[in-house]
Amino acid sequence: MSTSRLGGSGLRLAYDRRVVAEDLTVAVPDRSFTVIIGPNACGKSTLLRALSRLLKPATGAVLLDGSDIHRLPARAVARTLGLLPQSPIAPDGIGVAELVARGRYPHQGLLRQWSPDDERIVAESMAATGVDDLGDRLVDELSGGQRQRVWLAMALAQQTPLLLLDEPTTYLDIAHQIEVLDLCARLHEEQGRTLVAVLHDLNHAARYATHLIAMRGGQVVAAGEPRRIVTAELVEEVFGLPCRVIDDPETGTPLVVPAARARAGTVAR
Amino acid sequence: MIVIRTPGRLSFRLQPRVLAVGTVCLLLTLAVGVLAVGHGEYPMSPADVLRTLTGGGSPAEEFIVTQLRLPRLVTGLAVGTALGLAGAVFQSLVRNPLGSPDVLGFTQGAATGALVVVAVGGSSAALAGSAALGGIATGLLIYLIAWRRGVHGYRLVLVGIGMSAILTGVNGYLMTRVPLMSASRAMLWLTGSLDGRGWSDALPLLAALAVLMPALLACAPALRMTELGDDAASGLGVSVHRVRMLLLSGAVLLVALSAAAAGPVPFVALTAPHLARRLTRAPGVTLLPAAVIGALITVVADQVALRALPGQLPVGVVTGVIGGGYLVWLLATERRAGRL
Repeated sequence: MSTSRLGGSGLRLAYDRRVVAEDLTVAVPDRSFTVIIGPNACGKSTLLRALSRLLKPATGAVLLDGSDIHRLPARAVARTLGLLPQSPIAPDGIGVAELVARGRYPHQGLLRQWSPDDERIVAESMAATGVDDLGDRLVDELSGGQRQRVWLAMALAQQTPLLLLDEPTTYLDIAHQIEVLDLCARLHEEQGRTLVAVLHDLNHAARYATHLIAMRGGQVVAAGEPRRIVTAELVEEVFGLPCRVIDDPETGTPLVVPAARARAGTVAR
Repeated sequence: MIVIRTPGRLSFRLQPRVLAVGTVCLLLTLAVGVLAVGHGEYPMSPADVLRTLTGGGSPAEEFIVTQLRLPRLVTGLAVGTALGLAGAVFQSLVRNPLGSPDVLGFTQGAATGALVVVAVGGSSAALAGSAALGGIATGLLIYLIAWRRGVHGYRLVLVGIGMSAILTGVNGYLMTRVPLMSASRAMLWLTGSLDGRGWSDALPLLAALAVLMPALLACAPALRMTELGDDAASGLGVSVHRVRMLLLSGAVLLVALSAAAAGPVPFVALTAPHLARRLTRAPGVTLLPAAVIGALITVVADQVALRALPGQLPVGVVTGVIGGGYLVWLLATERRAGRL
């Protein structure tokens, strides 16, 4: 097992009295692109909320570099761990460069509002996500895919070694989904950041993840490299979906093909 | 964007448009202020006013300016500043242009506090104190009801609207209990008026502004981050609940104390932040311009009430008419833009 800066053990995650997960233990391997998958209401987004300090576990603790994340100051966490939530709000009339610049907040202060570092890092983040030519445009005017790249640029500008993404491809069409995931994979490879994403699409997860966490009913069913753990049995167990798993002709990663509906008159093979 | 960097690695960021709007409005406010002090049964030219303010006037002029007219102006400025600031904070926290203290019920709460004193009988100081308490108590109550893992903007608006409806009923009942002699005093207070304000009316609010204004301004960057949504703001290292508690209590205090000083001057808290946003074209909340514009609206409205209309109307009548018209226009345009 490789080292891990972020993880938690014995986690009991609950909203008020509704318990989502009990005695949950996870570790995010360093420099991995970790993807959490599972059926609706399996607790994957809740786990991400706990890892990102948004939800305080009822018992157990999320550890960031060995310290309880809830005992660390919010700003200190924000300099190590970035988060792109599911539906962030772009204020009316905000420009692209202005929004990306907000990612610098945890590094700024009342007397240090815009350092040369801030300026350089914002420019670099916009270049890395390919939005550098949109700087003066209003965020409201952009397409869904462009907007998601702008939000990613904001998260990058935060310059955190760890970056958590909650369903970064929801609401995007298939081409923009792949565009965003390709971008994530590139950021992971080129900048050596540890990424953790919640994804809905199992095939996207199997293609892009270096480490997969499969959850069901608040429990981790399997965790590991997709090639090792994604099998027809696992998919049946996690999603209750009969399927075949073949090699993705593009990448050789596991590809899940749902079984055809048994129709009257056809012979089951 | 203007960036100022000092050798000591300090850096500051200014939006030229925000700076320009703020400066122009400040100068306008000062100009109107000088004209306001010059106006009255003993008219004074702007030059005389400035001479007197800098200590070069005759004892009579000195008395007229510092004891009779300046307190009214300063109270108006302080009330406008407080309302503009508080309104900007509320609208940003609630993420809704209608999230002003007039709509949320704090103003009605202050009125309830004042009416209780009018009904029972009490000094002006007791009335002011009771109004402040009423506003603060309403703020606390709304906060307790709306609280559920942190105040959610929309819930705060709904609870506030309900609360203001209840309090309007309570106020109506109290009005029927008020002795006939005091009813006109109550009515005048309820409209919001700067008539006969002395230094003792302005001082509590001025003291509160001296403490709360820097505190709120220091929270402005965090407030701007919460406009991205609670999750995104937390991800950026903002302690969302703490910042919100601080801002809410500061803004409620300012509204309650300004109601204590001049009654519930309506619609300034709703209009000023809006005008500030439109004029500065800044994305997100701009506290300082909203405060300056609040002051400007209030003193201009007071002058209009005094001079342009017969019968020396209270300032609240004018801000109510202007603000109400602005609200209708706002609803119409926002609706057309599909934001409401």
